[in-house]
Amino acid sequence: MSQFYTSTDHFVLVPAIMLALFGCAILLFDFFLFPEPRQRKWLLAFLVLGLVFTGVGLWRQHRFLAESGLPQITAFQGTLTVDGFALFFNWVFLAVSLVIGLMSYRYLEIEGEHHGEYYGLILLAQCGMYFLATGTDLITLFIGLELMALCFYIMVGFLRTQKRSNEAAMKYLLLGAFSSGLLVYGFSILYGISGSTKLSEISLAVANRDTWDPLVVLALITTSVGLLFKVSAAPFHMWAPDAYEGAPTTVTAFLASGSKAASFAFLVRMFAGPFESTRAVWEPLLIAVAILTLTIGNLAAITQENVKRLLAYSSISHAGYILLGLIAGNETGLKGVAVYILVYVFMTMGAFVVVTALRRAHLIGENIDDLAGLIHRSPGYAIVMLVCLLSLAGIPPTAGFLGKYYIFLSLVQTGHYLLAVIAVLYVAVAVYYYFRIVRAMFVAEAGPSVALASSFGVRVAAALTATLTLGIGIYPEPFLQLAQLPVMR
Amino acid sequence: MWNALFFYLFALIALGGGVLVITRRNAVHSALWLVVSLLGVAGEFLLLGAEFLFAVQIILYIGGVVLLILFVIMLVNLDQAARMRQFNRQWAIAGLCALVVGAEIAYFVWRGGPQAFQLATPVSAGPGEGNVEQLADVLFSRYLLPFEIASLLLLVAVIGSVVMAKKRS
Repeated sequence: MSQFYTSTDHFVLVPAIMLALFGCAILLFDFFLFPEPRQRKWLLAFLVLGLVFTGVGLWRQHRFLAESGLPQITAFQGTLTVDGFALFFNWVFLAVSLVIGLMSYRYLEIEGEHHGEYYGLILLAQCGMYFLATGTDLITLFIGLELMALCFYIMVGFLRTQKRSNEAAMKYLLLGAFSSGLLVYGFSILYGISGSTKLSEISLAVANRDTWDPLVVLALITTSVGLLFKVSAAPFHMWAPDAYEGAPTTVTAFLASGSKAASFAFLVRMFAGPFESTRAVWEPLLIAVAILTLTIGNLAAITQENVKRLLAYSSISHAGYILLGLIAGNETGLKGVAVYILVYVFMTMGAFVVVTALRRAHLIGENIDDLAGLIHRSPGYAIVMLVCLLSLAGIPPTAGFLGKYYIFLSLVQTGHYLLAVIAVLYVAVAVYYYFRIVRAMFVAEAGPSVALASSFGVRVAAALTATLTLGIGIYPEPFLQLAQLPVMR
Repeated sequence: MWNALFFYLFALIALGGGVLVITRRNAVHSALWLVVSLLGVAGEFLLLGAEFLFAVQIILYIGGVVLLILFVIMLVNLDQAARMRQFNRQWAIAGLCALVVGAEIAYFVWRGGPQAFQLATPVSAGPGEGNVEQLADVLFSRYLLPFEIASLLLLVAVIGSVVMAKKRS
C-alpha cells in the first residue's frame, strides 16, 4: 500500500466502501440479476446485506476504540476522524437506513416505481452521511453533504408522474443549492483565515483571532445560515413543509430522520469545533434562532390538516430543541443533543411508518381524517402511532421525555432559565396538536374500512420503531451509554 | 498598481455579468451574460497565477457548461416561458436583505480597520514547478479522498438524470 492509502485509511474507510459498493451493486443487479418484478425482494435483501457489512465495519472500529483506549483514529492525513461522535452518528444512520428500506418496499409497489434506484440511492445517501459524521476536513464534509443532498433531491422527486413530488423536488433543489452556496462562501473565508481546510487547524486560526474579528464573524454567519437551512431551523425552514408533503412518504421519513441527523452532526462538529472559541458571538444568534424555530414550528403545526405537513412542522420544532442543547453546550447539553437525535429519529420514523401504511392503491391517506377510527380498523398501527406521538410530545415513560429531560437539565445547569421556561411552554402547545391525531384515531367515527397496506417489512419497521421508542424510555441505560460516546473526547 | 487595477476590472466584469444574468428577461441573453461573468472570474484566476484554473474555466465552464445550458434553453419552449411572470415581486425584501448584509460587512470593516481582512499567507509555487503539477500533487495526495467521493457524487447525478428522464415501464 502506498503512503497515500495506508491500512489505517482502509480501516476507517471500510463502511463507506461497503455502502458505495452495495449501492452500485444494487443498481447493477436490478438490471442483470433480478430484472423480473417478483425478484424485487432480493434487491431489498441486498440492501440489508450491505447494511450488515457496513455494521461489521463500524463494529470493528467501535471495538478498536474501546480496546485501545485511543480517543480517535485519524486517516487520510486528518481528513477523516473516527471518534465517539462519528461512531454514534454512524450507528444512528445505519438504523435509519434499515428501517427506511424495510418500510419502502410495499410503498414502492403501490406507487409502481423502480426499486433498484431507490435502494441504491438510500445506500449512497448514507455514504454521504458517513462522510458528514466522520469528516474533519472542509472539502470532504462539503462533498459528503452534497452527495447526501443530491440523493435526497432525486428521491424527493421520485414519483415522476406526480406534480406534487416534482414541485417538492424543485423547491428543495433550488433552496438546497442556495444554502450550499452560502455554506461554501463561509468555508472560503475560513480557508482564507487559516490557509488550511482541516478543522483542527481552522480551530487554531480562529482561536488566535479576536472574538469579534470581522472575518470570523462573517464566516460564522454565512456558515451557520447554510447549516441552519439544512436542519430546517427557522427562519430558514420554508422548504421543509413543502418538500415533506410532496415527497414520497418513505422519503419524507428518511428526510426527517437521516438527513436531519446528519445535518446536525455537521452543525455540532462545526460549532463545537472551529467556532467554539467564538461562542460569545453565536450564542445569542442561536438563542434567537432556537426560539423562533420553536415558535414557528409549534404554532404552524396547530392548523395543519395534512399529517405529513404536521409532522414537518413538528420536525422543525424538534430542531429547535436540539439547538437548545447546543446552546447550553456543557457535557449534559451535548449528551442531550445525542440522546435527543437518537430518540427523535425513531419516533419520527415510527409515525411515518403508520402514514406509509395508510397509503393504499386508490387512497392517499395523508389527512388527519384518514386516521379516523384507526383503533377499530387496525389496533396495532394505532398503538404504534400513539406511542410515537406520546414520545414526540415528550410524555413519560416514552423516550421523547428522556431527550427533553436532558435538554432542559442542561439549560438549567448553565443558567438559561428563561429559555427552559419557553421550551417547556411549547411542549404544552405540542401536546395539543399531537393529540388532535390521537383523538382522530381513538374517538372519531371510523370511515369506510379499507385494509392497510401492511406487509412483513412495514410490520417489522413499525415494531422496531415502536419498541425502541418505548424501550429507550423504560430502560435507557444502554442507549445512554451510546449517547455518551460523542461527549468523550 | 496594475495588479489592483486589473483585479477591480475583472471583479466588475464578473459582478456586472452576474447581475445581468439574473435581471434579463430572455433566457438566452442570461446565458450569454453568464459567459461574461465567468470570463471575469477566469481573469481573476490568471491574476492569482493559477493558469491551469484559468484554462479550465474557459474550456469547461464557458465552452462546455454554458453551451449545454444554451442547448437546454433552446430545447424548451421559450416563447411560452418568456410570456410567463418570471420573477416574484419581492425586490423590496431582497434589496433590504442585501442592504442589511452590506451594512453589516461595512460595519465590521470600519471597526476592524485595515488589518481586518488579514488572511493567511498564500503558498507560493516552488521554482521550476508548474501550476498543473502542483495541482496534481495535492489532488492525488492530500485531497485524494474528496476527489474520489466527488466521482461518487457525479455517479449519483447521472443516476438522478436517468431516473428523472426514464419512461414509466
